[in-house]
Amino acid sequence: MNVLAAAAIALTALVTIGLAAYSSRLARTTGDFYVASRSVPAWWNASAISGEYLSAASFLGVAGLIMAGGADAVWFPVGYAVGYVLLLALVAAPLRRSGAYTLPDFCEARLRSTGVRLIASALVVLIGWLYVLPQLQGAGLALHTLLGAPVWLGGVLVSVTVLIVIVGGGMRSVTLVQGFQYWLKVVAIMLPVLFLLAAWRADASPSAVSSSAPVFDDRTTVSVENHIAVTVDQPLVLEAAGTVDNQRVDGALTWQAGTHELAAGTTLTFPAGAPVPHLSSLPVLDGQAWSQPLQGGQEHALYRTFALMFALFLGTMGLPHVLVRFYTNPDGRAARKTALTVIALVGLFYLAPSVYGMLGRLYTPELLLTGRTDAVVLLLPQALVGGTAGQWLTALVAAGAAAAFLATATGLTVTVAGVLSQDIVGRKIDDPIVSFRVAAAAAVIVPLLLGLVADTLPLARAVSLAFAVAAATFSPLLLLGIWWRRLTDVGAATGLLVGGVAATVAIVVSTVLPDVNGWPAALLSQPAAWAMPLALATMVIVSRRTAHRITPGVDRIMIRLHTPEAVGVQRTWIARGER
Amino acid sequence: MNPWVLALAAIAGAVVLGVVIAGWVRGRARMGTEGQMATYRTLHIASLAAPALRAGLTESAAQRSVKHLRNLLGVQALAITDDFSTLAWDGVGDKQREVAATHARAALDSGSAVVLSAVQAREVSEMLRSGIAAPLTSEDVVVGALVAYSDESAGPALMRAVEEVATFTSGQLDLAELDRTRARSAEAEVRVLRAQISPHFIFNSLTAIASFVRTDPDRARDLLLDFAEFTRYSFRSHGRYTALAEELRSVEQYLLLEQARFGDRLQVKLRVDPEVLSVRIPFLCIQPLVENAVRHGLEERDTPGTISITAVERGPDCWISVEDDGVGNEPGVIRRSLSGEPGDHVGLANVDERLRQAFGDEHGLVVETAPMAGTKVTMRIPKFAEAVTDE
Repeated sequence: MNVLAAAAIALTALVTIGLAAYSSRLARTTGDFYVASRSVPAWWNASAISGEYLSAASFLGVAGLIMAGGADAVWFPVGYAVGYVLLLALVAAPLRRSGAYTLPDFCEARLRSTGVRLIASALVVLIGWLYVLPQLQGAGLALHTLLGAPVWLGGVLVSVTVLIVIVGGGMRSVTLVQGFQYWLKVVAIMLPVLFLLAAWRADASPSAVSSSAPVFDDRTTVSVENHIAVTVDQPLVLEAAGTVDNQRVDGALTWQAGTHELAAGTTLTFPAGAPVPHLSSLPVLDGQAWSQPLQGGQEHALYRTFALMFALFLGTMGLPHVLVRFYTNPDGRAARKTALTVIALVGLFYLAPSVYGMLGRLYTPELLLTGRTDAVVLLLPQALVGGTAGQWLTALVAAGAAAAFLATATGLTVTVAGVLSQDIVGRKIDDPIVSFRVAAAAAVIVPLLLGLVADTLPLARAVSLAFAVAAATFSPLLLLGIWWRRLTDVGAATGLLVGGVAATVAIVVSTVLPDVNGWPAALLSQPAAWAMPLALATMVIVSRRTAHRITPGVDRIMIRLHTPEAVGVQRTWIARGER
Repeated sequence: MNPWVLALAAIAGAVVLGVVIAGWVRGRARMGTEGQMATYRTLHIASLAAPALRAGLTESAAQRSVKHLRNLLGVQALAITDDFSTLAWDGVGDKQREVAATHARAALDSGSAVVLSAVQAREVSEMLRSGIAAPLTSEDVVVGALVAYSDESAGPALMRAVEEVATFTSGQLDLAELDRTRARSAEAEVRVLRAQISPHFIFNSLTAIASFVRTDPDRARDLLLDFAEFTRYSFRSHGRYTALAEELRSVEQYLLLEQARFGDRLQVKLRVDPEVLSVRIPFLCIQPLVENAVRHGLEERDTPGTISITAVERGPDCWISVEDDGVGNEPGVIRRSLSGEPGDHVGLANVDERLRQAFGDEHGLVVETAPMAGTKVTMRIPKFAEAVTDE
């Protein structure tokens, strides 16, 4: 039980609730009016978007994936950042000029169709739930790793915090809260990096690249919490207490090369210099293979890499909670400026996870055995720096992790609740406040229940599934909706359904049937690379077939989307265009 | 993540999607007797055509409704014309669409339905044998015609059907005219509001400014500039909607001018979430409320009064409220003036009317008041509304 870390997490949660209730912008004299009614500067809005975007998957998950998977996993942070380049170039300004607040709004503004709007709403809810789930799991992992709390507790606490914030008056100053959480996250991940690198230098800078597969430097005791299977390449002598390969063991033991099963509660003690047995599902990589691309031992690694790039590059523009934040920008130009700044801010953050991944192989290799590589960011400070400094740094990363899952979970819940209350709950409940609260409860309770019965997929991988669905649905919709005037409502609806169903089915099948191998496995577990072009083609073909349904007044809409507000031609053109 | 969870998630997603689509489709297919089904089908087709026509007899409205009207009549081709050209065509013979305008001539001139000759019908397509042109009216003026072509000879049944559909369409056009009249009258009211910047206010402001000219010339200059800015905004001629930030700037200038007059007696609290500053609201929909608050909250007493203006983000909506701690009012009085009776709260009724028009009836003003308990006026503005982005 780490008291400092517990305090740090509690403090972050309290600050979140407190800042949400507090309004920075209360002006009491007319002199303050100007400040109180001025729009947020682009860099602060960008901080808020980054704060909402950098989730538990980024803070904890990316380092874990890099630790286990090496160079291929570096595409995760790269992809998370590059998504904003496409968003900036193709979507940010026109979307802002459309006046839309949510993605369903955009469908209505561009296609004038309630049908497409409803399909988009359902997809927003689906993507939101897929995305909240790993946040709750990340919270569970953090509380379990640092405080020994039961795994379900973290998710419950996050859900409760989010509900308090929303039911108790909403996010009064969401931009302030999320912006603050971005800077907290950057400091919480960057500052420890400096200490970690200094400690690593002091330890004679061992290399993770030129070495063999990870070994235990010292005599190490590892306790296993779940029933797992591990693989060893060569005979290994160790001590064990508990149940190994279905036999009670207490004392010295020799493992032959092959797979060994460990029951929950077993304790293993390895001598110094022993190679680290890996969880069966993780590849055993030596330093060379770890640091090179496409050496991760996965089938069709090249396809998987490109499919991941597809999902992350294109998925970002379809994330509902990110897009709503662009509404705060006063115009299209400011939206572009914000997106540009986000690239810099997010890029800065993503420098850190690779360092944790690399140092994790040297100093916390036992995570490769237990499979809990997502915990590497939380455990490294104590393992490498240690002492009081280690405790303070642990508290700092704990606060950062808490900021990560809280920020993303609240942002997503508010967005999903907004869409639910507008298009689904609001049809049954008239009072807008009640309907918003009911929707917020639904938005957070469904993923919580799913999370309670769930095992864990690596966090960053789980989030990439939400990206894949977003890439296969909203990215073709936005790209065609903004840049192709002949998109029709029927085309958009069919494309959204085809892309959404294809991506979801692929993900479900690939997780329900883990034994599939070869191309089917690769295609199903990384569906974005084929589902997105499929949805795009569907939209184009169906739109051409239903050409008579082109949105009435599409030229006016296009003019509005693409003309900078400053030009001012819109008004006169539009006035002349109709009637 | 356990496979079952993902399966569950997918099922949950599918259920949501299903519910949504079912809700959308529901009411389209419901069983009944043949007669009920036929009635339902006819009314449903008519209801499909109606919304487009509510825009008036424009080309896009005609194009959107012509298909449904032809379905309703079950004829081979249908044209909608205005008084000199064909606006929309559905069915066979699209290439000959311009000829419909000449076929409509007789109906347009006589103001009653006319049977076309078989020769005329064949000008459109070889397969057609008869045609009927019926005039469309709006407020008793002939504005266009429906021209229906059939491959059977024209009987009295078809004649009556075309006439009835023309009457239905004319009814929709009348409603469209009514909508336009309402919009025009609301616009006129905005113009009145602008012109109505009360003479008292102008007089009071100028006197207050004059009183500073010697003692505090800098402040007098600032106030004059505020006054200029305020009037420029209020008199601007374009656009029915404006960003909340712009409206607030004008409110700020207004309050500065009032403060010059009331001094410390007027306290102001402002709380605005930056997230909603770019929400589009009807032009001049907050300023009249603030003016009301100053008048009823402050002018009738000597002690300091406070006016609070808040605009907060709440999910997909922005809630704006203007509150004073003044003498308040009988709720009945406010209810009557909101329902249009002339009285002390013209601004209130006008804002209410324009909000309902822009965002729908559930977005009218909510007024909370009681004698000696102050007044709070709240409005709920959707961050996105198609009517608003359309402009």
